Amino acid sequence: MNRTTQQTLVYDGTFDGFLTCVFRVYEQKLATVEIQRESNLQASLFGALEFLLTNPEHADRVWKGITNKTSKKGSSSLYYAFLSEQSGVEHLLLSYIQNLIKSELLIESDFSNPTVLKVAQIAKSVGREKHRMEAFVRFKLTKDGIYFANIEPDFDVLPLISKHFEHRYADQKWIIYDLKRGYGLYYDLERVDVIQLSLPEDFDATKTSSDYFAPEELEFQTLWQDYFESTNIKSRKNMRLHIQHVPKRYWKYLSEKGR
Amino acid sequence: MSFERTQEKLKILADAAKYDVSCASSGSERKNTSKGLGDASGMGICHSYTEDGRCVSLLKILLTNYCIFDCAYCVTRKSNDIKRAAFQVQEVVDLTINFYRRNYIEGLFLSSGIFKSADYTMERLVAVAKKLRLEENFNGYIHLKSIPGASDELMKEAGLYADRLSVNIEIPTKEGLKLLAPEKNREDFIKPMVKVKNEIIQYQSEKKIIKSTPKFAPAGQSTQMIIGASGESDQQIMWTSNYFYKKFNLKRVYYSGYIPISYDSRLPQIGTDVPMLRENRLYQTDWLMRFYGFQVHEIVNNDHPNLDMDVDPKLGWALRNLDYFPVDINKADKFMLARIPGLGMKSVDKIMKARQFRKLNWEHLKRMGVALNRARYFLVCDSRDFERRDLTGPQLKSMILQNTSSKYEKILSPQLNLFG
Repeated sequence: MNRTTQQTLVYDGTFDGFLTCVFRVYEQKLATVEIQRESNLQASLFGALEFLLTNPEHADRVWKGITNKTSKKGSSSLYYAFLSEQSGVEHLLLSYIQNLIKSELLIESDFSNPTVLKVAQIAKSVGREKHRMEAFVRFKLTKDGIYFANIEPDFDVLPLISKHFEHRYADQKWIIYDLKRGYGLYYDLERVDVIQLSLPEDFDATKTSSDYFAPEELEFQTLWQDYFESTNIKSRKNMRLHIQHVPKRYWKYLSEKGR
Repeated sequence: MSFERTQEKLKILADAAKYDVSCASSGSERKNTSKGLGDASGMGICHSYTEDGRCVSLLKILLTNYCIFDCAYCVTRKSNDIKRAAFQVQEVVDLTINFYRRNYIEGLFLSSGIFKSADYTMERLVAVAKKLRLEENFNGYIHLKSIPGASDELMKEAGLYADRLSVNIEIPTKEGLKLLAPEKNREDFIKPMVKVKNEIIQYQSEKKIIKSTPKFAPAGQSTQMIIGASGESDQQIMWTSNYFYKKFNLKRVYYSGYIPISYDSRLPQIGTDVPMLRENRLYQTDWLMRFYGFQVHEIVNNDHPNLDMDVDPKLGWALRNLDYFPVDINKADKFMLARIPGLGMKSVDKIMKARQFRKLNWEHLKRMGVALNRARYFLVCDSRDFERRDLTGPQLKSMILQNTSSKYEKILSPQLNLFG
């Protein structure tokens, strides 16, 4: 039996790492290939595992190839879909990239092609999560004068929301911390950096302890909760619509839902 | 800022402002250029939703609920026995800034009861906006109410600091206004609207020549009508709305189902249901006018003065105009695609793009998310399978209704509630 052995390329989880793998696929003309992130490695019974070191130069070349064949929106939906971290998304994106490199037409608007439609759909949910985080981040003022927020988004959207918050809160220091993925963004009035924090053991992200937060912080949360209640019209109550807009998994860090 | 006093005022003045349904925070072009606070150049953001499912985007409050007028439909009318309060300018500024810094809101929506005079009130609204812009370097969204009867000079100043201005005409017909708010007349509502419209036109033409022309109400004007308080028909509402869109270049008209707040015999009594379904149908019609290329008289006219409650207005129109159908999804122009029931503008856009690659069939449409339970009777695609029977409007309607369930079922068939 003449069967090509399945090869698995493993990368560090970064987008550049993934693009490095794509480069390898083209360089070595690999036909049956699996791309997996290191943190999410599924043991494969057959075939070889190969750990690839991220190569920015290779990644750039692939990205250039992609952007030559897509509009800005098309290439960004590819990046959005990558940030979904969904299992198997690498396979889908590889097939998308192979499709678009091959094609003479701009395939990103071919919504009757299942691969294109799927990427567009995943990108859409990531975009929705990005928008939700721009809405649902609730800053709390710390004793050190930093506006601090923690989030646990479904997808890895911090890279997507950085600019939005940088433009908006240019005159205050802030941190947005992704508790699920263990990293955050810190803006120090000059620039945004990626940071990792070692949070104190007794730190409860759902509470506003006076050990860490400014004395007036709780007052403003109270005013916000009052406002939230006063602006509601009871005779129009519609909890189904409410939950559709603010799904319950987001409630724990929303101060207005804290009562 | 004394916490307890502010808290008390906030409760009263947010409660009084909640009947104004405008919530938009988009459409401005105000950027954060000088490392200040806030940026209103992007799309609007709903930071939360109340339990009634309405979006919370702006801090929506009245400056005061003291009022010299006695409009029957209004909760802050002079004769109503309620708690009154008034914010100081600085209090509103502090609340706005502190809410904004915590990412609770996109900005401020400031309205007011009318105390002393129109100009006296408008002056204070402008003072808040001015302070936010000039002293706090605030670039978030500001929506100010135009107070009916305010002077041109004040309206001009308001537009320099606000992103949006609005004046609510509240009652769709002149007769209704005379009955429910005899002290007011329509001209007072229209006057500030005209001034703002002219200033916006002037700003837009000057900006083309001098880029640094100070902004004037970059997010435009809007208004609101109360629905179901004065016995008006849907035709009267939508024709009024159409008139205001065309005549004053409004960005939005909002429709607010009347919430009974008074035992006044001129109005629906307390306990009457809020006409939420009707409100929804009016918004659908509004969308058809603004985005789908429909003329208002196609949907409501003398033969058909009220919207169907059991089907959406586009389906209603299609059922009355079956000779336009079936539409060929692979050939029809955008305008006709948009008229197929069950197709939104996003689906229309996808179809226009996708059909350049291959002819589309039912499977393609389904995967793209077209609501085929309605659409399938009105279109043909790359398939031999399509609706061939020569069905009448009423027949089609009952078939479609059988296959769909409305979230308004309870309202449509109240007898079900007996056993619910």
